[in-house]
Amino acid sequence: MDHRSTLSVLRSQLGEQAFVTSEFRDNFRIEVPAERVLDALLALKDQAGFDMLAELTAVDYLHYPNARDRYGVVYCLLNTTTGERVFVKTFVNDPDPCLPSVFPLWKGADWLEREVYDMFGIVFEGHPDLRRILLPEGFRSYPLRKDYPLRGRLERHNFPVIPRAES
Amino acid sequence: MAVRPNENFLITQLDWLANFVRANSLWPMPFATACCGIELMATASSRYDLARFGSEAIRFSPRQCDLMIVAGRVVMKMVPVMQRIWLQMPEPKWCISMGACASSGGVFDTYAVVQGIDRFIPVDVYVPGCPPRPEQLIRAVLDIQEKVKRQGTLLGREFEERKAPERPRPLALELAPSEKIVAPGSVRTATQEWDVN
Ligand code: SF4
Repeated sequence: MDHRSTLSVLRSQLGEQAFVTSEFRDNFRIEVPAERVLDALLALKDQAGFDMLAELTAVDYLHYPNARDRYGVVYCLLNTTTGERVFVKTFVNDPDPCLPSVFPLWKGADWLEREVYDMFGIVFEGHPDLRRILLPEGFRSYPLRKDYPLRGRLERHNFPVIPRAES
Repeated sequence: MAVRPNENFLITQLDWLANFVRANSLWPMPFATACCGIELMATASSRYDLARFGSEAIRFSPRQCDLMIVAGRVVMKMVPVMQRIWLQMPEPKWCISMGACASSGGVFDTYAVVQGIDRFIPVDVYVPGCPPRPEQLIRAVLDIQEKVKRQGTLLGREFEERKAPERPRPLALELAPSEKIVAPGSVRTATQEWDVN
């Protein structure tokens, strides 16, 4: 797949220095700093025709060899006319990992951002309804962070017990 | 009247009658949350035919059931639902924990899956296996029948004795601190302690 037109759109909108690209097999990846990510996604959507957000997810790079930042957030975009795909990647850090929401660009980002918030605690500013989506409301930690204990902490035990005589 | 029957004698006979009818018409409530539910369905269908043992009337309303079969893993979000369904079932009632997951969490020792439903509701019979074969589930139903026939009473006095929670201690208290595997990192940013009951 030829990504030249996508690259030229990004260059004209963000400048040469604002992003780094890399390629692995047929994956074309664009790394953008967190403060420019909304500009980049906006340009990709409006000018390069990426009309579908196929996936939005995050990775915790704690103790990953040679990693400089803690969380990577990945946007997988698809141009449904040409079939072109790009992976936009950005990094955020503790203590308050935070990114602008892409809900205004793609409505499908709604639940995807809620899931990333649920599992990693990354806050998406401007999201209309950023609540936990999978875990119960009372859950207070973020289980896909690498420093979350493998066997869980006490969350699984915080329920009343019903003895037989009382039920 | 020449012979006045002793009071105890009469009650024992009523118990026997109640046990006989209860044991031979158990109405299961399928609480099937995962793959074990498929075996539960197989058990009830024609090939294995749970009807041979009087338990074919599977009802999806807890109000009409007296045997809860928890088949599958139960996650934190499901525990309140399970407890509520259990409380909605009329007395007398029994509970089968079917499969490794319902009995102990199975391979799913993760943040969300409860490590055995007996930590939160009373369980009468456990069925091991992943998933248990339908024959095993039928054996469990027969075990419940035997339990009812042996210790059942008309007014359910045998349940009143089970006052204490019949469960292992919370996992957090059971495990040595070294077993709570934590990858090196700042636990403060990832987790917060909860109250243990
Ligand atoms: S015990 Fe095995 S078959 Fe049953 S719910 Fe667990 S994983 Fe599925």
